[in-house]
Amino acid sequence: MASVELKSIGKSFGSTPVLGGIDLAVADGEFMTLVGPSGCGKTTLIRIIAGIESQDAGAVLIGGSSIDHLRPHERRVAMVFQSYALYPHMSVRGNLSLPLVMSRLRLHERVPLIRLLSSRRRETMHSIEGEVEAVAQQLQLGALLDRRPAQLSGGQRQRVALGRAMVRHPDVFLMDEPLSNLDAKLRVHMRTELAELHQRLGATFIYVTHDQVEAMTMSDRVAMMDAGHILQLGTPTELYGRPANVKVAQFIGSPTINLLPGSVGSNDAVELLGRRLQLAVDLPAGSPLTIGLRPEALTAVPANTAPADAGSLPARLRRRENLGAEHILHFDLPGAALPPVVARAPPELQLPADGHVALTFDPLACHLFDPSGARVEARRAEGSRDPVVVPFRS
Amino acid sequence: MAAELSRPRRSRQHWIERLTGTGFALPAFALLIMVNLLPLIAVLYLSLTDYEFGALEAKFVGLANLNKALSDPIIRRSLSNTLLYVAIVLPGSVLLALAVAVLVHGRRRTRGFYEVAYFLPVTSTLIAMATVWQFLLHPRLGPVNAALRWFGLAEVPFLSDPAWALPTLAVIGIWQLLGFNMVLFLAGLSAIPKDLYEAAEIDGVATGIDRFLTITWPLLGPTTMFVIVTTSITAFKVFDTVAVMTRGGPMGSSEVLLYNIYLEGFQYFHTGYAAALTVIFLFFILAFSVAQTFALERRVHY
Ligand SMILES: Nc1ncnc2c1ncn2[C@@H]1O[C@H](COP(=O)(O)OP(=O)(O)OP(=O)(O)O)[C@@H](O)[C@H]1O
Ligand SMILES: [Mg+2]
Repeated sequence: MASVELKSIGKSFGSTPVLGGIDLAVADGEFMTLVGPSGCGKTTLIRIIAGIESQDAGAVLIGGSSIDHLRPHERRVAMVFQSYALYPHMSVRGNLSLPLVMSRLRLHERVPLIRLLSSRRRETMHSIEGEVEAVAQQLQLGALLDRRPAQLSGGQRQRVALGRAMVRHPDVFLMDEPLSNLDAKLRVHMRTELAELHQRLGATFIYVTHDQVEAMTMSDRVAMMDAGHILQLGTPTELYGRPANVKVAQFIGSPTINLLPGSVGSNDAVELLGRRLQLAVDLPAGSPLTIGLRPEALTAVPANTAPADAGSLPARLRRRENLGAEHILHFDLPGAALPPVVARAPPELQLPADGHVALTFDPLACHLFDPSGARVEARRAEGSRDPVVVPFRS
Repeated sequence: MAAELSRPRRSRQHWIERLTGTGFALPAFALLIMVNLLPLIAVLYLSLTDYEFGALEAKFVGLANLNKALSDPIIRRSLSNTLLYVAIVLPGSVLLALAVAVLVHGRRRTRGFYEVAYFLPVTSTLIAMATVWQFLLHPRLGPVNAALRWFGLAEVPFLSDPAWALPTLAVIGIWQLLGFNMVLFLAGLSAIPKDLYEAAEIDGVATGIDRFLTITWPLLGPTTMFVIVTTSITAFKVFDTVAVMTRGGPMGSSEVLLYNIYLEGFQYFHTGYAAALTVIFLFFILAFSVAQTFALERRVHY
């Protein structure tokens, strides 16, 4: 009923292209998150859906019909701004009532003084009052209804902004980084609240963030944007487990994925820092590759005890961060000027005193990307075709 | 023990700090008294005497000057003229400036041009511009009356008809204040966050009237209060157009309070009487500011 469909949306500001043909279909009731680095066009895109900005090309469909000719308030969408954009001169009650007042009272019933002549106004205001109280109750704003926004905390303002979006019962909620002004703890709390709110309302949510944790934890699907294009669209699991682009791999996941230089050797074999992995790709020999390894894919073992069928890298421990439930290990790789490699480890893991270890990994855990950044699918190389690695195994 | 010992020392420290503080504040405070308050006290004192400019002595006459002024029909007329002038200029220049500011604020490329054009009268000296106005409004030669004739309307003797003189001066007053008020309103408009308008648009604030009533007007509250106070004080001080264009005439129809003070003080040298008029003048200015501040303050703070 309230699916949202974007058909090759294009937008430029002056001569700067900002959106380059965005296609996106959001199902009814879905929680869709747009993530991406700063300036990639996320805000511009949801402003176009809201109708505050107009696209240069393409169409926006809500519930299957084109809404490009509709004014923002006719689109049955509500938006939560990053700055909240609460009306500073109105109480919380005033802020929450405004959308209803605007849709239910005619102009002469709103103008000061003249409105006193209207008899209908009183009943309408009464019913609006009731609905506002109900929403305020849901968001625990009941006691704050007579305060001005300046007298509220950041989290309370955020809830008022949310409430102002909720009172109209829109089909689609658009949220532009609604949690970015909150402190870390409140943000975690509000993540849960928002996810529950989404379930309770059953409305379609389009949620913009550049926080990958928010994207991973709340969304049904995530669209990762970069420079005005969607790099990958999929469930959080898909984006994490099979990033379609090196930028997606880098953006999603914390700590960030380790990226190491590799190349294609003879017999399609993949080489990491000059060592052969039991992986093969269909690329010409000599092609450079970027090899990504998630921190949890790496296991540190004492040097020379690496299992034979796994990939392994010699490394030296540089720093150990204690996060309580797990430790984050930072390793230097010998030789070339490579960035430190990060691995997760259980707290009880013992490492040699000199810090020299082998980082082992399942070759299939490697994410391979070609020089353009696109994902390259790899298959496990058959042992017989891998004469160099075999002797090392025994 | 320690607490008892330290108490006198603490209070001595306290006294030294207060003395030092007072010492530093004293020069500025003395200057403030001499420059701002003493002249006021001098005016108050002069208003109680029959001092005449150049005289060697003055007699204390109490409230005689004030009584005379308040019962003088000329002064009463000039006071009501002044209030009428304010009553025209204040709404005229404030509302017009607000309207112009809202329109100019929406321009992008041409905004600079409009700002300069409306601000020009503020920068030009009114005395010089008064001659231009005198020509424009001249019954026979002026283009305004020529235009009226062209439309088939009767000529209007703007400055020589007692019924027209004061309203004409008021229009010139509006013309002069408009640009200044507009700039103040533009500053106020720029301070309103753009996303409020966007949020309002989504909330159904769809027309210009609604936008103005829900966002612009309430958020311009502090600016409006400031503009009203400064405009009414400026309008109450009207003098130069009266002095050069009508000299209070015809038949005293454009005499205003400040012009009477000028006549009494500098033409007839009734310094004491002029001082009494000045006291009345200051009383009105004070009353304006206080009334407006209190009346509007409750509504504009958020
Ligand atoms: N009104 C405008 N005029 C000109 N350029 C604009 C305008 N609005 C946005 N841009 C440009 O469009 C690009 C995308 O902006 P947008 O606000 O959509 O980014 P974003 O993805 O929301 O970034 P962030 O995460 O920092 O909020 C940016 O390069 C920005 O400079
Ligand atoms: Mg943004």
